[in-house]
Parts: sequence; structure tokens; C-alpha cells
Amino acid sequence: MSAQELSRDQHLEIYYWMRLTRTFDDRMLALWKQGRGVGGTFSQRGHEAISVGAGYALGPKDVVAPMHRDLGCYLLRGLSPRRAFASLLGRATGVTAGRDANLHGMGDLSLGLIGFISHLPQSLPVTLGVAMSFLYRDEPRVAMTFTGDGASSAGLFHEVLNMASLYNAPMVIIVENNQYAYSTPLSQQMKVPDIARRADGYGIPGIIVDGNDVEAVYAVTKEAVERARSGGGPTLIEAKTMRMLGHAIHDGAEYVPRELLAEWEKRDPIRLYEERLLSAEICDQAELDEIGRRCEVEIEDAIAYAEASPWPDPATVLEGVYAP
Amino acid sequence: MTDTAQTFGFSEAVQQDESRVMTYIAAISEALRYEMRRDPDVLILGEDVGGEFGGAFKVTKGFEEEFGPRRVMNTPLAELGFTGMATGMALMGLRPVIEMQFADFISTAFDSIVQFAATTHYRWGGAVPWVIRAPCDGGIRSGPFHSQNPEAWFVHTPGLKVVAPGTPADAKGLLLAAIRDNNPVIYFESKPLYRSLKGYVPPDDYVVPLGRANVARAGDELSIITYGTQLQESLKAAERLAAEGIHAEVLDLRTLKPLDTEAILTTVRKTGKALIVHSANRMAGVGAEVAAFIAEHAFEWLDGPVQRLGGLDTPIPFSPPLEDAYRPNADKIYRLARDLAQY
Repeated sequence: MSAQELSRDQHLEIYYWMRLTRTFDDRMLALWKQGRGVGGTFSQRGHEAISVGAGYALGPKDVVAPMHRDLGCYLLRGLSPRRAFASLLGRATGVTAGRDANLHGMGDLSLGLIGFISHLPQSLPVTLGVAMSFLYRDEPRVAMTFTGDGASSAGLFHEVLNMASLYNAPMVIIVENNQYAYSTPLSQQMKVPDIARRADGYGIPGIIVDGNDVEAVYAVTKEAVERARSGGGPTLIEAKTMRMLGHAIHDGAEYVPRELLAEWEKRDPIRLYEERLLSAEICDQAELDEIGRRCEVEIEDAIAYAEASPWPDPATVLEGVYAP
Repeated sequence: MTDTAQTFGFSEAVQQDESRVMTYIAAISEALRYEMRRDPDVLILGEDVGGEFGGAFKVTKGFEEEFGPRRVMNTPLAELGFTGMATGMALMGLRPVIEMQFADFISTAFDSIVQFAATTHYRWGGAVPWVIRAPCDGGIRSGPFHSQNPEAWFVHTPGLKVVAPGTPADAKGLLLAAIRDNNPVIYFESKPLYRSLKGYVPPDDYVVPLGRANVARAGDELSIITYGTQLQESLKAAERLAAEGIHAEVLDLRTLKPLDTEAILTTVRKTGKALIVHSANRMAGVGAEVAAFIAEHAFEWLDGPVQRLGGLDTPIPFSPPLEDAYRPNADKIYRLARDLAQY
């Protein structure tokens, strides 16, 4: 199925998830500036087309291990903004009941979500293992993970590409190349800037996509997912984008040239998609505005829910170290 | 189960069954084969485990023929990758048993174990029921990178379980328990015991519960608290002490995490003296934790200083005179225990 075949409803759904992600992000950043946050947090700004476009290509029984720029993927898998916000605020009602920080560890197998750890490359072999469990049981399911340009420098990235290729694993790896690993620009990270080219060394497809074009991200991911599902093995997708704010909320990212950000700002993924939806007459501005209002109501509700949620009881601190 | 050294916990009548006397390594193979036949979710992965070869120590010889390549997966030389892969399989309900070719190589998989697998259930409720089989210990002239005992790293890590069988029966019973446990378990199997130690192994479904120590020899003058290879050395030392009229109790910890603190307290309260012995180097080893626990909880029962015997604080040397100087053995245990008894 190509992106052109997206129905009007699907287009509006994708727009809704992107807009919900952006609204969540805007309100989250505002809360943190007001001192109502807990610890640090990570902005999603600029990554919405990747997390939503790729995540939307999965089927309901597929499993995904998103990272800290993939709020959109968590949300579209069914993780409610209430639970996500409660996680950010360290409340008992959050996904991790206060165990893990910000977007880390937001795993829920009932939603097909694996929680990541700060050591981002670690999601790669775990996702490979999920894919191998599908092969083991002859299930037509696919495992997908997101990782970053920085994580692609770790040896584990190569171990997993090699094994996924060797085992013909039903797996899709999305590298969100946002040009910076914390303060380290791509030019100080690697000599060959197209991470997708590394797939050549492992005999698997390596695809570069515009990470700010949600339809394109969806289209290439959908193709990769269906290839994996039908026995065609793994795909490496490099979605090129820009991290529009700092690494985390404490980071002003003064090391990023302002002109570079200004260039990318013109290609904001949500505005690009709005322009596309309007110019193709898929919907009108009033409908987009209405979706925006829905998102605001939902996020305000999530914040109110999270802030009213109880803190975890310190008496439970020892609970859950071991599975029963 | 009775608790005496000579029987390893089984009655003499049962032990008469010669067909059930086997080596420590055969007991490991038997446990694996038994569990793979019983539970289709159990699989084996690691370097060289498949095919005719059947692993560096032949533990899985014939397994691929019986269970097929899907359940006996040869992996590339990528411990970090395949351990993480096992975590993903385990999250989906499979029960992978990873063969880490030598315990020494486990450091290459460290992030997968201590950062991801060990924390997942606490963070978001994902259970990771895998087992790493880690062939450990030296005394067989294998040098610094094929002789290590890195259990303390993992005992220090919340969320893991760690076992170290010292008898063929426990090798089987603890492995079945480890595979059935819903948490990541590191199973340190003793290379020096592989073919040197034989013993009675119960047939069929024999499980030794995790977290329970065993009084391998009863005594009342001092307690030798040990595990793994050093259980046998401690029993030899206790025999020699007994010939001199010194009655040492030997407590085999069997599981290092969670520790059977009740059994430690019971033996120390009984004897008033404790010597902790392990092959791993002493510094911040399991013995340090046991000694600290005794100091905190049994101080008033002590009639002498808690002693520790372990490897030296050096890389493990290769040449026989150096390695012998490095390692604990029955003679060193005997001498230290005798001094402690006379304290």
C-alpha cells in the first residue's frame, strides 16, 4: 500500500496524532518552565512525522520499541496522554508508577510497546529478539524500533544489523538522524553521513527518507513492514530531520547554528502536512482547527489528571524488582 | 531432604542406583534436554552450540539434531547482541538459555544484562525469563581470560538472580529452577567440576528452589560458607579437620542472589565462627557481603573474627605455580579453618 492510498480518515488520523504530540510537547515545555515538571524531559519538536508516520505503518499485533523522541508512536499505540503525563510527573498512575523517568521505560506489552533505556542501542537487540520470537512461533508479526544517529555509532548497532540480516528477522529499524547527538554534530560522529548506506554491508535494504514528510515516512515504513511480514527480512530506514530544541529541557543548544534551525523551521513537519492536506483538498482549515481544539482539550485533561494523581507510596519502593 | 555431605541430600538407598551417578556436566545436559522436551518455549542460543559440535564443552551435543536449529541457535560472536536478543525473546514469553562460552566473556554483554534485562520488571513490569549459563573458574591452566569468576558484579545488580551449583544434583536442580524462574538468572557452572565430579542425580523433574542454601556437612565448631567449585575443596578440608577432631559445618550457599540469610544465621549461631570461601578474588566479593551480614546480624554469637578466603586481587595467572598461589584449595581452607577453630 502506498501513501497515496491513505484514505481521508487515515490522513486526518495521522494529522491528529502529530498534532496531539505537538500539543503535548508545547504544554509539557510550558509546565517545566513553570517549575511544575519533575526532573528533566525531552522535546519531541521536529520528530512528529517520524514517530507518527512510522508507527502508523504497524499492525495492531506488531511490537515496537520507541525512544525518547517518539511520543507520537506511544500515543498512537494506545498509550493515553493521561498515563504518559502521569509518567512524566512521576506519579503512581504513570506507566512506570514512578519507577522510570520522563519517557523512559514506557513499556506496555498489551499495547505492543517495549520501554527503552538511556543506553539507546540496547533497544536494537531486544527488538531483534522480539522479531525472532515471531519467527520461532511462525507468527506473521513485525518488530520495529527507533534509534538515533548517535546510537548508530555503537558497536551494538552493527552486531544487530548483522544478526537481523543473518536470521532474516522480521524487523524494521528507524534511525532518526536529527543531526546532533547531544552537542556532537554528525560531522564529528561519522565520515559517511548517510547511515542508511551501512545496510549495504549487511545485504539488507537501506532507505533514506525525508523525516519531516509524514506521508513519505509512512510509505517507506509500510513497505518495509510488509516486506518483513512476508518473509523479506529486515530494513534499515534513515529518516533525516533536525532536533529543533536541546538534547533535553536543560539544554539551550547554543552550539547549534541559528541559521540551520531557521532553515529547518521552514520545514516544520506539522505545517508541511497541513499545507499538503489543504492543497490536495483532503480537508479544510476548519477541520484542522477542530482537531487542534480536540488535542488541546485532551492534553489539558491529561495534565489535570496527572497533577491530581497520587505520588507513589514510598512503602512500595521495594516492589517489583522481581517478576513473580 | 536430609542435609549431610556424603549424600548431597539423598538417602543411601537412592544413591545405590548406579545408573543415576553422573558427572556434573552430564547433569547440566540432562537438565537442558529434560526442560526442552517438556517446554516448547525453551531454546538454546550461543556460540558454537549447534550442529555436531555441540558447544565448546559439548553440553549441547546432539541437541540440534533432536530439537532443530530454531531451538538450538548458533550465534555470531556478538555476546552483547545475542544477550539483548534473548531479552526480547524472553519479553515475548520464550525462555532462552544463553550459553556464554566462558564466564569471562560475559563482560561484553554487560549492558544487556545489568541495564536492560535486570531493570525491566521494576521499571515497567516486563518479565525477562532468560538464563545465562556461564562456565566459570580456573585451576585448569587457562589463563586470565578463561578462568574468571565474575559473580560479584551480578550479585551487586538489583533484578538479577545468581546461582552457583557445587554438585551434579544441584547442577540439574538449580538449572531447572533457573529456567522456570520468571527473572534473568545467571547460572555459574564450574568448569573444573565438569568431568572431575560425579554424583547421584535424581531422575525426571528435580528442582532445587532458588534462594536456599544446603548444609553439605554438619558440624559445630566452625562454619565454612562456600559455593561452586570451592564446596568440594571445603568438604575435603572438613574431612581433614574431622580427622583431627575439629568438626566444621559446611554451608553450600547454592544461590548467591537472593542469599539464604536465614541459613547463614543458623549456622553461625550454631558454631560461633565463620570462614567464607570462594574462588573469586576477595575484594568486594560475595564473601564480603556474607561477612558484613554476619557482623550486622550475628555479632553476639561470634567467638572469633569472620575470615574470608578467595582468589588474590590480581588477574588470574596462567603458569601452574602462579595459579596455585592465586587460588584457594582444600589445603588453604584447612589451614585457615584450623587457625580459626583454635582462636
